[in-house]
Amino acid sequence: MNSERRGPGFYVLTAFFVLFVLFLYGPLTTIFILSFQGPNGGLTFPMNGSSLRWFENLLFEQQAVGDFGGAFSRSLMLGLMTMATTVVVSLLAGLAFRRRFLGAGPLFYLTIASLIVPSILISLGIGLAFNVAGLEPAWYSSGFGAHLTWTLPFGLLIMFAVFNRFNPAYEEAARDLGASPWQTFAHVVLPIILPSLIGVGLFGFTLSYDEFARTLMTSGSFNTLPLEIYGMTTNVTTPVLYALGTLTTVFSMAIIVVALASIAVLRRRRARRVAG
Amino acid sequence: MTLSRLAPRLAPYLQAMPLTLILAAFLVLPIATIVMVSFWDYDSIRIFPAFVFTNYQETITSPVTWSTYINTLKYTVIVWALTLVIGFWVAYYLAFHIRTATTQMVLFLICTIPFLTSNIIRMISWIPFLGRNGLLNQTMMSLGIIHQPLEFLLFSDFAVVLAMVHLYTLFMVTPIFNTLMRIDRSLIEAARDAGASAFQILTNVIIPLAKPGIAIGSIFVVTLVMGDFITVRFMSGGQSASVGLMMANQIALLQYPAAAANAVILLILVLLLVGGILRIVNIRKEL
Repeated sequence: MNSERRGPGFYVLTAFFVLFVLFLYGPLTTIFILSFQGPNGGLTFPMNGSSLRWFENLLFEQQAVGDFGGAFSRSLMLGLMTMATTVVVSLLAGLAFRRRFLGAGPLFYLTIASLIVPSILISLGIGLAFNVAGLEPAWYSSGFGAHLTWTLPFGLLIMFAVFNRFNPAYEEAARDLGASPWQTFAHVVLPIILPSLIGVGLFGFTLSYDEFARTLMTSGSFNTLPLEIYGMTTNVTTPVLYALGTLTTVFSMAIIVVALASIAVLRRRRARRVAG
Repeated sequence: MTLSRLAPRLAPYLQAMPLTLILAAFLVLPIATIVMVSFWDYDSIRIFPAFVFTNYQETITSPVTWSTYINTLKYTVIVWALTLVIGFWVAYYLAFHIRTATTQMVLFLICTIPFLTSNIIRMISWIPFLGRNGLLNQTMMSLGIIHQPLEFLLFSDFAVVLAMVHLYTLFMVTPIFNTLMRIDRSLIEAARDAGASAFQILTNVIIPLAKPGIAIGSIFVVTLVMGDFITVRFMSGGQSASVGLMMANQIALLQYPAAAANAVILLILVLLLVGGILRIVNIRKEL
């Protein structure tokens, strides 16, 4: 197909793709613009002047409802906890699945089930289980577990993709040279899969940071950021809502860019080392 | 000596242990709890252990339940069809029309990044676009296409479907792109050499080989839409119903056993749908 002249299909599909990207990013762009709405501006266009009024309002003034700072720090903590756990647990499970073991099949299907069971069921189930056991749900216990049911399947699937393409000859070579299993892992396997682990971490963090449905009944008495934002949608009628949306989206994007950049740096460094 | 011989055999069990424990505690146990509580009884202030079928009886015999389930299935079918068509062509474009791996990667990332940002914010972001005084209405009015703002754009079934397509199409793009990338390009060459038209190549070579990816994407979209409550609540402005939303309302009223019965029925329905998809398409090769 390559090396041929572009047919009309190419141009039609390019137009389609561009429309799709506009569809993905267009609405987000409108709230970015509207978050710079002037002090007397409303929730829709036209822009009534432009200002940083709503960012100031968000960051430095007491909100009538909600606790934006607290919610953000809870979401950040929870995201980091989920990220670390997802990386370690998916890596271990990924290593386990490279060999045959009793119960591998059921464990795999259970992990897939974790992905496709509707979020509200997980939320309700964990909420009820804590209730029945007489435990108080909290973002760092029940909420944390609920997030792991969402991030771990993604982590494991990424590890599968990694180890399917992993050439065991590297490990055999290390073993032949006298490396212990731990040395083989730490000096051969880990450096090779490190970029993918960053990818797993990225998924773990961002999926947790933005998770809503599974957190709803499991976060206890303190809201995470998405719950806080959802609460604001029913009460807040000023562009401060958009300012918050812009800030957290910029934060997510920054995390994504940092992760992708570090993956690219690792890849390039390795390519250079192989070449040199 | 025995230890060193035993260790390699024990290793996979130890490595799989954390995942197993987490899923047991936060997936298996909660679902078992839902099943258990679905047989419990409740009054206006608390729930208590019992073994009654009233929760199921009330759920199944209520006409509201049926219309809610039908409405949810309606969303599912429409969103599934739209995400499939859009997702397939986006994946097809990336896999077959983009020539360098770098461009492919960059364009794929552009499609993926919104997935890693907040769903709630992506929903909110439709308000200035679709609202009564939104961008779309203003544009169409200034162009003279319409003379008064269209009311159905926001807070309607239309808005629900639009937002779901917006949120969930990526779940179609990724698995289909993955299978398309694995199609041996020489098969397509061979089909062309044998005189197949572009359309025949699509229907006789590419689509059959893309079926596992289509199935995985479909499972994602179907289960996401079936369990959705937040998009329906937010984008319909509380005017439409879905099973998830019905459950969320029962939860808010502390009618946990009723919500649990609903959850069990929803889970069975979702599993049947997934089972149906897996019967049609064998996805094992993909995993």
